[in-house]
Amino acid sequence: MSIKRRIDAALGAETLPLLGFLIFVVIVFSIATPLFLTERNFGSMAFQMPVLGLLTLAMMVPILSGGLNLAIIYTANLSGLALASVLIAFGGPEAGPGAMILGSLAALAVGAASGAVMGAVVAYIGAHPILVSLAMMIFLRGLGEFLTRGGDISGFPDYMNTLGQGMVSGIPVPLLVFGVVAVIWHVMLSRTRHGFSVYMVGSNIEAAEYSGLHTKRTLTLIYTISGMLCAVAGILMAARFNSVRVGHGEALLLVTVLACFLGGVDPFGGFGRVLPVVIALIILQVLSSGLNLIGANQHLSTAVWGLFLIGVMTLRWVGAEWQTRKKGGV
Amino acid sequence: MRRLFETHRIEMRLATVLLILVVFLSLATDTFMTLGNVTSLLNNNAVNLIWAVGLLVVLIAGGIDISFAVAASVVQYLAAQVLGGMGGGNWAMGLVVAGALGIMLGCINAALIHGFRVVSIVITIATFNVFFGLLMYFTRGRNIYDLPEWWVDRIFIFEHQSADGVWSELTLSVAVMVVCVLATAFLIRATTLGRQLYAFGDNPEGARRAGVNIWVMQLVAYGWCGMMAGIGGLMQVNIAKEIVPNALYGRELEVLAAVVLGGARLGGGKGTVIGAILGVMFVAVTQNGLNLLGVSPFAFQMIIGATILVAISSSNLSFDWRRRQATGAGAGAGAVP
Repeated sequence: MSIKRRIDAALGAETLPLLGFLIFVVIVFSIATPLFLTERNFGSMAFQMPVLGLLTLAMMVPILSGGLNLAIIYTANLSGLALASVLIAFGGPEAGPGAMILGSLAALAVGAASGAVMGAVVAYIGAHPILVSLAMMIFLRGLGEFLTRGGDISGFPDYMNTLGQGMVSGIPVPLLVFGVVAVIWHVMLSRTRHGFSVYMVGSNIEAAEYSGLHTKRTLTLIYTISGMLCAVAGILMAARFNSVRVGHGEALLLVTVLACFLGGVDPFGGFGRVLPVVIALIILQVLSSGLNLIGANQHLSTAVWGLFLIGVMTLRWVGAEWQTRKKGGV
Repeated sequence: MRRLFETHRIEMRLATVLLILVVFLSLATDTFMTLGNVTSLLNNNAVNLIWAVGLLVVLIAGGIDISFAVAASVVQYLAAQVLGGMGGGNWAMGLVVAGALGIMLGCINAALIHGFRVVSIVITIATFNVFFGLLMYFTRGRNIYDLPEWWVDRIFIFEHQSADGVWSELTLSVAVMVVCVLATAFLIRATTLGRQLYAFGDNPEGARRAGVNIWVMQLVAYGWCGMMAGIGGLMQVNIAKEIVPNALYGRELEVLAAVVLGGARLGGGKGTVIGAILGVMFVAVTQNGLNLLGVSPFAFQMIIGATILVAISSSNLSFDWRRRQATGAGAGAGAVP
């Protein structure tokens, strides 16, 4: 019991049940199909998950602060567009690594700018984050469509492929990027002043304000960082698909919210850890890849994801009921 | 009049802006203030308005529904099956079947939200995925063209030919929209149930202690939203003349933005039918105006998004979401760890 408690305290109470479920799903699919426990399948999962993972982490911190960032997909798209236009300006396939660095900086700047505007409106005007990010989403989608006329932009240098499809000592590069970001996010939320402020703002913004936290700056920073992470996801998407199109990954928007809730992030903010969210992401990926291998399509996985979230919520409710009954001595 | 400004500040402000926009467009273009344009505006936005008043009821009750647009698609498919099984059906049967199927889907949301004490956004995002995933799985993404004739026939409730021979007309969907809007206005303004919805949305725990049955509240709110989703879905088929499984995907966020722009508070207890109509019409008129002014269609969404963003930023709309969330968490989220 004490080991369980220690893990719960360090990593979040959601970690162990989710890990248990992950093992269960892996065993089920391993029995169901011989194709599951193969290097190929793990390879494809490792390449598919990081984009969703990065976007989910970008969604997570705004939720922790009691808000939501519905603009993540189009922020990522527009950041990808910024990178693409810099690369095209430097000769497309012939663009050097310098152009790549410049383009990535431009992408990060676009992400940060759109996030900062949202954060400032949420913080200083007090408008609801759902409405603000929704308006930003409509604006960015429109801007992207205006700039690209709904078309694709492609023709990137070869080394972009390495970023999207390459391996470093057996680990896919996108997964490596996701892993690094996840660790940074864990440290940011649990060890830094900003992370502490995020939880405080999410739990009770007025108490945080009276305790001397600069809540407005915190909120602005939350959305700015979220936008920058979207930019990283956007760069990765551009590298993976070798093209940029506004609307790429559109369907992932609500999946990221779903993943956060699965990982035990409180929809009202204030509570939630990085590790359970990462495990929830792995479960979603395993469910989708496993179902795909036994012949179901992506749409059935979407439905299963939804059912899974309902199932988890039901179990949490049962667990809470059981706890109160135990405490009540009935 | 002054009192109206005090009690409905957001609505009055939006109405003023809309009026300025309308006057400007009437002067800047000679096509805006024509019968043909006004009727086509109404025809094109009837379905959105039906959904908007449905969503409004959920927002007033302190919830949110992300799933209604895909629920409307599900209703379209199921209704096509059911009506086909009944030998074709007619408008009356269509409305009953679509309304009933919508209510059923809405009640699934209500049951999950109430039964497991989960906040509405979590459940409706889950059901959004379930509805859409299952719909795409079972239909394999295929459209249905083979529909009963009554369903896809255009019915005009108003026709007028102007001197230069241009026809302007209102379709049946506008009539249905008017009925839905009036019914919703009646529900939330004139019935005890409606007053209880406001009370419940404003303070769930307070309403519960005052004797409001919160289970009934959830059923009414999500059932009503589901019914409107179903009826809107039925009318959308009448306009599009086919059923496309992913046609309505994504519409939920646009309707949500319009309704919230019209003063419905995310967090509950506030919102009016007039506000919801103004919100939808503001977006519609902006888009229509851009079109008439000859702006590139690619720029529409960008300008609309920017307009909404400016509309939020320039007014000191106090949505008070931060305080709301504290009370909401206490009352609505018992199961959240």
